[in-house]
Amino acid sequence: MDTTEALKAVYTRPRSLTDVPMRYCPGCTHGIAHRLVAEVLDELDIKDRTIAIATVGCSVYAYEYFDTDAVQAAHGRGPAVATGIKRCQPDAIVFTYQGDGDLAAIGLAEVVHAAARAENFTVVFINNAVFGMTQGQMAPTTLMGQKTTTTPLGRSLEQGGYPLNICELLAQIPGVAYLARETMTSPKRVRQAKRSLKKAFQAQMEGIGFSLVELVSSCPTWWHMKPLEALQWIEEVMLNQYPLKVFVDKLAAGE
Amino acid sequence: MPKRQLITGNEAAAEGAIAGGCRYFFGYPITPQNKIPEYMSEHLPPIGGVYVQAESEVAAINMLYGAASTGAWAMTTSSSPGISLMQEGLSYMIGAELPCVLVDMVRGGPGLGNIAPAQSDYWLATRGAGHGDGRCLTFAPASVQEIYDLTGEAFPIAQKYRNPVMILADAVLAGMREPCVLRERRDPPEEKPPWAVGGDQTGRQRNIVNSLWTDPLVMEEVNLRIQRRYQQAAQNELRWTEHGAGKPEILVCAYGVSARICQTAIEHAAEAGVACRLIRPISLFPFPSQIIAHWAQKVKKVLVVELSLGQFIEDVRLAVEGVCPVEFFGRTGGMLVTPEEVAERIVAMA
Repeated sequence: MDTTEALKAVYTRPRSLTDVPMRYCPGCTHGIAHRLVAEVLDELDIKDRTIAIATVGCSVYAYEYFDTDAVQAAHGRGPAVATGIKRCQPDAIVFTYQGDGDLAAIGLAEVVHAAARAENFTVVFINNAVFGMTQGQMAPTTLMGQKTTTTPLGRSLEQGGYPLNICELLAQIPGVAYLARETMTSPKRVRQAKRSLKKAFQAQMEGIGFSLVELVSSCPTWWHMKPLEALQWIEEVMLNQYPLKVFVDKLAAGE
Repeated sequence: MPKRQLITGNEAAAEGAIAGGCRYFFGYPITPQNKIPEYMSEHLPPIGGVYVQAESEVAAINMLYGAASTGAWAMTTSSSPGISLMQEGLSYMIGAELPCVLVDMVRGGPGLGNIAPAQSDYWLATRGAGHGDGRCLTFAPASVQEIYDLTGEAFPIAQKYRNPVMILADAVLAGMREPCVLRERRDPPEEKPPWAVGGDQTGRQRNIVNSLWTDPLVMEEVNLRIQRRYQQAAQNELRWTEHGAGKPEILVCAYGVSARICQTAIEHAAEAGVACRLIRPISLFPFPSQIIAHWAQKVKKVLVVELSLGQFIEDVRLAVEGVCPVEFFGRTGGMLVTPEEVAERIVAMA
């Protein structure tokens, strides 16, 4: 028996990812998130009409990794840039890839108003509760008591106020067609995250409104944890503040 | 068929843009230019265009960035404080080599200022464009017709140089009504530029719109490429008008609404026996330095008139290169100058 014929590739790099080394830190979940998005683009067969929007933060080089047309946006402005693109190219599949600094701090107005206008694009929101690119400062999503380089004694109410729950905020907005919070701490969770990402892109394909998937992510480097400890911290601590949930699913409702 | 209509400068900017091929508009309300987004919201959708009211000028300029990335002929308009907010986005557009058109209907400042006419955004328009080494190609109309013509012409110019083009006018020009010859509306080209994102990507290299160049050598190359386009623009896009008869004693330099006032002022001065030459630059960047240098050698003095405390005068001084004295006359904060006081100043200088 010819063994080469019997061998079947069961796991390969998605077509929608380029074959270049990623610049992310070891143990960071950006790599998984990228792969999930790329698998969804492959499975929905939309790679050749997708425009990725890279923002500012650790994922600033996302345009190097997604093998599609891409636009690099100013800090926080991804949803405004996506609006401009989608209004000019309604047949394109448009997604922004934004961290919590980009989306929840400087870019909060843009994401909220894009949702309010029911813009037909998808946001992949990476929430790791810290500014990673700038080396570990407090983010709007930093937990109470969490130590960062700008909350050396832990986030306090007096100094930094409360964390911002983006999905709970956006869930109020009628323009939202799909909204979910997922994480990638186990194979089961990863599969669930992919299901949500796929639905978000399907909502965009059906033109039923704004879609966003928040991925509760790890930052071993600036959390000062080993990769597995970081995943454990997500499960034991972070998910208490950011519970996993499908907030809006108008695909399921058949609306 | 061309038709002649009595319209405001704001309407001229809007209709001029549509006639020139603009089909996408992103804006945020601010006085004294609100008639432009209002006009666009009414006139673009019926011809297959798009009007989006952004949540801020910051969002508007970034929507424009996205639209321009797709090769769309797109614009935004605003007034001074709004243009300040757009500076970051402009810098990104210059860095990513994206074309777009902006109109600034300048009002009094700094700060919230007022809604009266001013020319105190000269530096903002010609030097500004946010951080980095980029600039906006800038044109300054002085009549409703010129607003109409220049706003339309700005679109192919922006495409040619892959750079934002700014139309710099003011609250007088925005609101005043003059006869204007309107042309047939022209469609933008169907073919997208090769660098544009979108469409069917099958079988072509992917396009990336980006202003991030971490290697300083590469960043320098990008800047030099942008600079070369400015040098080409200086060869091709210089515009100005000249007014006045006889051998002049005084060279008067003014742009936009100030130049309209100065046209009357030099007639008064001529009646008082002082011959003047008025140079009105239309292109502010690139700047028509040569014609100013030419006349500076033939006159006793130069007078610069502008509605600011002296911004445009810097470009005139650079052009004159010290061959004769350059004097300043202007008002600020939304105040206008009168032809009589300009004429008086000219006569006193002679």
